[in-house]
Amino acid sequence: MPSLKDLKNRIESVKNTRKITKAMQMVAAAKLRRAQEAAESARPFAERMTAVMSGLAASVGGSDSAPRLLAGTGSDQTHLLVVMTGERGLCGGFNANIAKLARARANELLAAGKTVKILTVGKKGRDAMRRDYGQYFVGHVDLSEVKRIGYANAQDIARDLLTRFEAGEFDVATIFYSEFESVISQVPTAKQIIPAQFEASEEAGASAVYDYEPSEEEILADLLPRGVATAIFAALLENNASFNGAQMSAMDNATRNAGEMIDKLTIEFNRSRQAVITNELIEIISGAEAL
Amino acid sequence: MADTMQFDLVSPERKLASAQVTEVRVPGADGDLTVMAGHAPLIATLRPGILVVVGPNGTEDYAVTGGFVQVDASGVTVLAERGLPKAELTAAIHAEMMAEAKKTVEEAHPSVADAATKMLADMEALGTHMSL
Repeated sequence: MPSLKDLKNRIESVKNTRKITKAMQMVAAAKLRRAQEAAESARPFAERMTAVMSGLAASVGGSDSAPRLLAGTGSDQTHLLVVMTGERGLCGGFNANIAKLARARANELLAAGKTVKILTVGKKGRDAMRRDYGQYFVGHVDLSEVKRIGYANAQDIARDLLTRFEAGEFDVATIFYSEFESVISQVPTAKQIIPAQFEASEEAGASAVYDYEPSEEEILADLLPRGVATAIFAALLENNASFNGAQMSAMDNATRNAGEMIDKLTIEFNRSRQAVITNELIEIISGAEAL
Repeated sequence: MADTMQFDLVSPERKLASAQVTEVRVPGADGDLTVMAGHAPLIATLRPGILVVVGPNGTEDYAVTGGFVQVDASGVTVLAERGLPKAELTAAIHAEMMAEAKKTVEEAHPSVADAATKMLADMEALGTHMSL
């Protein structure tokens, strides 16, 4: 049976924990709002980009001269998995879910006899993947110093990927990130970015009426690398929003748990205090009776 | 009064401008072009340069690099990787952009080296044009 002092200390420390988790929750909520706004304002660019590119891809894609970023290298032997996670923990299953999805894909590819290479973005993903797949690592992008994710960050990653692609280091690149659905739901997603894939859209027909300057092929060749950067940027922003959403709900839970714990401990504290008082009374009374 | 059309300037990070305008002068990769209401549908890539927007309330200038312009019946959309009002383009930002362009030239794959060099030259021209 813990002493009164012990209980008091524990209540105090849980209260401190609750303060911290509460603060983290509020910070995450504020950041989430900003992250969502950022993701939202990036959407028009990405949507237009995809629309134009899919239109171009539909008209150029079939020909032999199609850029390799679109048509692929003609093989799918080497897969590059770009695992994008958070830089920090304390966000429930956010990082673990992305890592799980990436791990499943890696195992699947390895079982099929493919070569797997892994590039991680975000510290937590690196830590989670290193144990089992350390030997496949080809690089890591550290964003922990970055306060606000900008397009430049995405461009850096894209440039790295494109250089590797040009050098023939991989045939297919897939990014793993978490799609932000709502505060309580973030969906780990895998998306193939090289070679680019487009859903067949109704725009394809409409694009035929455009004049192109320079030619369609040249525009496409110019746009595809930008498309990679745009896709990565969108994923980074989604990830950021998801991370803050996950952290917010995780911290909300933690705050509530701490509250429950404080209630329980307080009851225990009061009971033991009462027990001590009763004890003392009994001693006094029995002492008086003995006289 | 000339007809107006919808004009949008979007960068990956935010929407820079959205307005009804009468005329847009675009620095296209193959040369400047002016778009007015009723222009034929067009998709063209951009070179670094100054984008001039003429609206009912006067002219606005934007510095843009990389991206493309899409013209269709609904209006003009410029997607620029980097775009900012001309007034915000300081020597410091330009220098940074130049450094980036130079780096791209150095690292560029032979197949795109020409394009990168051209981009650098355009970037320089942009600076000279604005006397930075």
